[in-house]
Amino acid sequence: MVITVAGDKKEVKDAITVSELIVQEDVETPQYVTVSVNDDFIDKAEFDTYALKEGDSVEFLYFMGGGR
Amino acid sequence: MAFTNEQLERYSRHIILKEVGAKGQKKLLNSSVLIIGAGGLGSPAALYLAAAGVGTIGIADADEVDLSNLQRQIIHATKDVGKPKVLSAKESMEAINPDVTVKTYQTFVDSETIMDLIKDYDFIIDGTDNFPAKFLINDACVMAKKPFSHAGILRFQGQLMTYVPGEGPCYRCVFKDPPPKDAVPTCKQAGVIGAMGGVIGSLQAMEAIKYILGVGDLLTGYLLTYDALTMEFRKIKLPQHVKSCPVCGEHPTITELIDYEQAECDGVL
Repeated sequence: MVITVAGDKKEVKDAITVSELIVQEDVETPQYVTVSVNDDFIDKAEFDTYALKEGDSVEFLYFMGGGR
Repeated sequence: MAFTNEQLERYSRHIILKEVGAKGQKKLLNSSVLIIGAGGLGSPAALYLAAAGVGTIGIADADEVDLSNLQRQIIHATKDVGKPKVLSAKESMEAINPDVTVKTYQTFVDSETIMDLIKDYDFIIDGTDNFPAKFLINDACVMAKKPFSHAGILRFQGQLMTYVPGEGPCYRCVFKDPPPKDAVPTCKQAGVIGAMGGVIGSLQAMEAIKYILGVGDLLTGYLLTYDALTMEFRKIKLPQHVKSCPVCGEHPTITELIDYEQAECDGVL
């Protein structure tokens, strides 16, 4: 199936979970990433079980602490 | 109050804009912005706000200028090494625009001091370099109902969002709690390209100016991310309201300000 990850269309296996996608996308500091699917945040406790659907749009939001 | 001839000339490129005009320029002159952190983000933000004629600019930072700051903190010069950052920043802003009153706070921003600091300002800019300060500023602004611009920079990346009370998610809606010490890289450990502060800090100044003027759309409900290596800006839509947010949600569990432990490698602020 095709989903959108950070704005780019990607072919992924059917019903891939958020956790599996995090591994596949090689997300930096995966335990501290915020994930949204179709503009809604997914609870971290649901990452392992949340299955993505065809056409879903996924965003990874990262901590960025610098500034001074 | 009428403009002097000098002001008409100084602000002519603003006044000619239909979104600003004489009325908008007066709004800027009568407004106040507090910048927390006189560093990579705070430097360009402070310089542009001073140049724009924001009448009162507060600047808070406890540190002195260090040689390693000058690769990105453009409000300070080599001659300022060793000088309090707030003093160096004040001198630079006043040199650009004598219309501006600069208030300096050479102090640590913590749960004891922040409410008193932000209370008199129309808009707050988070130019800090650590998560305890970023969460503190968020919580204080939510509690005091103050709009603010959050930003973070690292390596070749930067991001920002704008909080306006009652109009969208806060920083804590997106990132519930600060990461543990050393769990995510800091600029000191991982580096940051100097011009990144210029890009993102200038965008923070732009948000403050738009808020004061009441024009355009702010980054409320969006996180704008910038990757300098791919030269991609992305405006990521956020949920309009996060009911479970511990500070701005329907049943807040955070009702007092928290001083989180500082990562040892960070600068203190």
